[in-house]
Amino acid sequence: MAAADARAAAIDAFARRHRFRALEAVPWLLALAAYGVFPGYLPLGAQILATILFVLSADLVLGYAGIVTLGHAAFFGTGAYTAGLLAANGWGEPLSGLVAAALIAGLVGFLSGLIILRTTGLALLMQTLVVATTLYEAANKAGRWTGGDDGLSGMVVWPIFGVFRFDMFGRAAYTYSLAVLFLGWLLARQIVHSPFGRSLTGARENTARMHAIGAPVAQRRLIIYTISAGLAGVSGALIAQTTSFVGLTSLSLERSGNALIMLIIGGVGRLYGAFIGVPLFMIAQDRFSKADPVYWYFWLGLLMVAVVIFARGGVLGIFERLWKWPGK
Amino acid sequence: MGGTLAAILSIGFHGLAFAMVLYLISVGLSVTMGLMGFVNLAHGVFAMLGGYVMTGLMNRYGVPFLAALALAAIATALVSIPLERLLYRRFYGGEELDQVLLTMGLIFMSVAGATYLWGPLTQHMEPPHWLAGQVDLGFRSFPAYRSFLILCGGLLVIALWLGLERTRFGAQIRAAVDNLRMAQSVGINTSRLFMLTFALGSGLAGLGGGLGADLLAITPSYALQYLVYFIIVVAVGGLGSIRGPFFAALFIGIADTAFKYWLPGLGAFFIYALTMVLLLWRPQGLFGRA
Amino acid sequence: MAGEMTAPALETRGLSKSFGALSVASNIDFRLEQGARHALIGPNGAGKTSFVNLVTGALRASGGTIYLNGADITALGQAARVKRGLVRTFQINALFRRLCVLENVTLAVAERNGVGGDLLRPSGRYRAIIDEAYGLLETLGLADQALLPVNALAYGRQRLVEIAVALGLQPKVLLLDEPAAGIPSGESSVIISMIKRLSSDIALLIIEHDMDLVFRLARQITVLVQGRILVEGPPEAIAADPRVRDVYLGERERR
Repeated sequence: MAAADARAAAIDAFARRHRFRALEAVPWLLALAAYGVFPGYLPLGAQILATILFVLSADLVLGYAGIVTLGHAAFFGTGAYTAGLLAANGWGEPLSGLVAAALIAGLVGFLSGLIILRTTGLALLMQTLVVATTLYEAANKAGRWTGGDDGLSGMVVWPIFGVFRFDMFGRAAYTYSLAVLFLGWLLARQIVHSPFGRSLTGARENTARMHAIGAPVAQRRLIIYTISAGLAGVSGALIAQTTSFVGLTSLSLERSGNALIMLIIGGVGRLYGAFIGVPLFMIAQDRFSKADPVYWYFWLGLLMVAVVIFARGGVLGIFERLWKWPGK
Repeated sequence: MGGTLAAILSIGFHGLAFAMVLYLISVGLSVTMGLMGFVNLAHGVFAMLGGYVMTGLMNRYGVPFLAALALAAIATALVSIPLERLLYRRFYGGEELDQVLLTMGLIFMSVAGATYLWGPLTQHMEPPHWLAGQVDLGFRSFPAYRSFLILCGGLLVIALWLGLERTRFGAQIRAAVDNLRMAQSVGINTSRLFMLTFALGSGLAGLGGGLGADLLAITPSYALQYLVYFIIVVAVGGLGSIRGPFFAALFIGIADTAFKYWLPGLGAFFIYALTMVLLLWRPQGLFGRA
Repeated sequence: MAGEMTAPALETRGLSKSFGALSVASNIDFRLEQGARHALIGPNGAGKTSFVNLVTGALRASGGTIYLNGADITALGQAARVKRGLVRTFQINALFRRLCVLENVTLAVAERNGVGGDLLRPSGRYRAIIDEAYGLLETLGLADQALLPVNALAYGRQRLVEIAVALGLQPKVLLLDEPAAGIPSGESSVIISMIKRLSSDIALLIIEHDMDLVFRLARQITVLVQGRILVEGPPEAIAADPRVRDVYLGERERR
């Protein structure tokens, strides 16, 4: 009987890895608490929530598929402009704007992934940069539609469900962003724990072995790239809708780079890195970069160098080492 | 002289000048990436440093042009050595993400540092009086400074290519790029090779940055602003190649100039589109190893 | 019956591969019979692993054709060949080192069952797959370490995981690349007995240096030298063949 018990116990433990743990409720409780505790910071809070979704989508590509990209903002910006253009041209319904953004950004992700994911390493990094820069230039040149340098203005976003108006207090914006982030997180979590997600983790561990067990690695990478692009598009649309503005910076190298920074601060490939890195970064940025942009840049750069040298796994990596948290 | 012919000559001339600057700056990056397997996004910082040192020496201390240029190159090469020894070495052949983040952090620090030291405005460079004005070649006259740039660049290119082929150092580089382990087992001190190659590449970048100060404006965000250019030159030319980036730089220089003249605003698209197509067809670049 | 021809499990005709002037495989005509216990031996650099890479599709051939159970698979990619039952192990462990032993095998079993790409359900819900994988671990004596990360196991045990992963794919043709490599010869008995217990449905090709293992397991031996087949035959014939002795003797002399 002992062997059968051991067998059942082992299989059970393995099969239950995906179950929700109590600790996972913490970010949501904190987010809900913040609504009550910081009523004056809700607009910033909404931005943080939307950016978490963006960085989460980047984690899927970077941490799980192992694709180093300097151009993830391409999808963010595509989603932002999609929602923005809809709202500036008569269709301000927010939820359908999100859907449109997801679809179009996902399409851009699919097409660009189809083209560039055949390469690896530096060539791939290059390609991601080129794709994003091309879109940036396109948005810049199409000033008539996008507003170019000045950004897209004249966005009119309708109230959610016709009831909840976006106002300067940011209440609707915050709850809206929180709800969308929650759904996006559920999706990401689902993917990560699915056989598909596990096979991506396997491919990162040992690509040759993955091929040798008959997995269509390239196809799976393209799929996650597309899904990630869609999520990034949604996050861009969120910010566009909650701020009623879309600028060229939504497509910029800086935005792509910041996503990487926030992710590595939190910890790559651990699903929750975004939840830690984004608030830390954005709150620090909000406080320090306005005070003295030069110092901000310097210390940020230094932090990045320090993290790479001493704390590769970011905050979550440090936790893992300290508390021997369950790994993969 | 016919309008179109004059335009073509002009474009060829200015495009070549631009190409020279791009090449001088990027060749070091190509070798670093190919030789050490290190994605050094911060390479533009060396070009920027060279530009600042040269303009600083000339504008503030009245150092003559050629001396300032030489000092800029040397200073940049010297600065690069501790950076390579202390920091970069730990990441050779390592995770790409680490290298990207490390060098991006360095770029940020350079932007802040340059703003702090020299302020946010563009540094101007006055060409020396013997290079001001035009050079009359009979059928046409060309700006003297750019002519000097092309001549200088050309000589350096030839020196580089000859050096690669004829000197022992060049042979060591070629061997190590081709097969690092083999080169090590043959007794080449690859660690020292890396250091010297890095210094040489950085010095050249500093030289290029200084020479090209009126083409690529010297501002604190230099390394970020022109990053895409340098990377395209290297990716299209082929990592580890010394010849490849030259042709890539030529392509970019002339295309960029031509478009600025005939179809302003579309030059960037053309270059990006062609880069994408080329990297799809040959991901290792024109002269890179498959 | 006398006239009946069953296709060999694996066959290559004129298989060649060269990198420029360097040829790693020249015109190899090779047959692996159904249910074979076949060994491929040869001195270092003979091209044995290259042969495996060519056959599995990890390396693209310069010329020749490859047949799996009579079907031409030359144009197929690696994943497609695996789906048809052509499975290999690696000479140096190529496992998912930070994943647990059980997951290494479930990944393979999931792929074989065509659910490796499922997005909608958590992998833990696929009980049948986990059961099957666990069962394999039990057969190989690895069950008590099922939840440990692979890199926590001794190298010899990792070698067994390597084989478990391969078996999870239900191979029709199994290519074992030096299964005992890296294991002290005293401990290789576990591997040997496991190989002996393999089903006779599986056609087995073992690449080995360990002559002891080869002569105990193989019914047919092929000797590969510099990318060419030198000689083929049953173990006694190979052991007695002077050319084979020369090849190995020559190698010893060169050292």
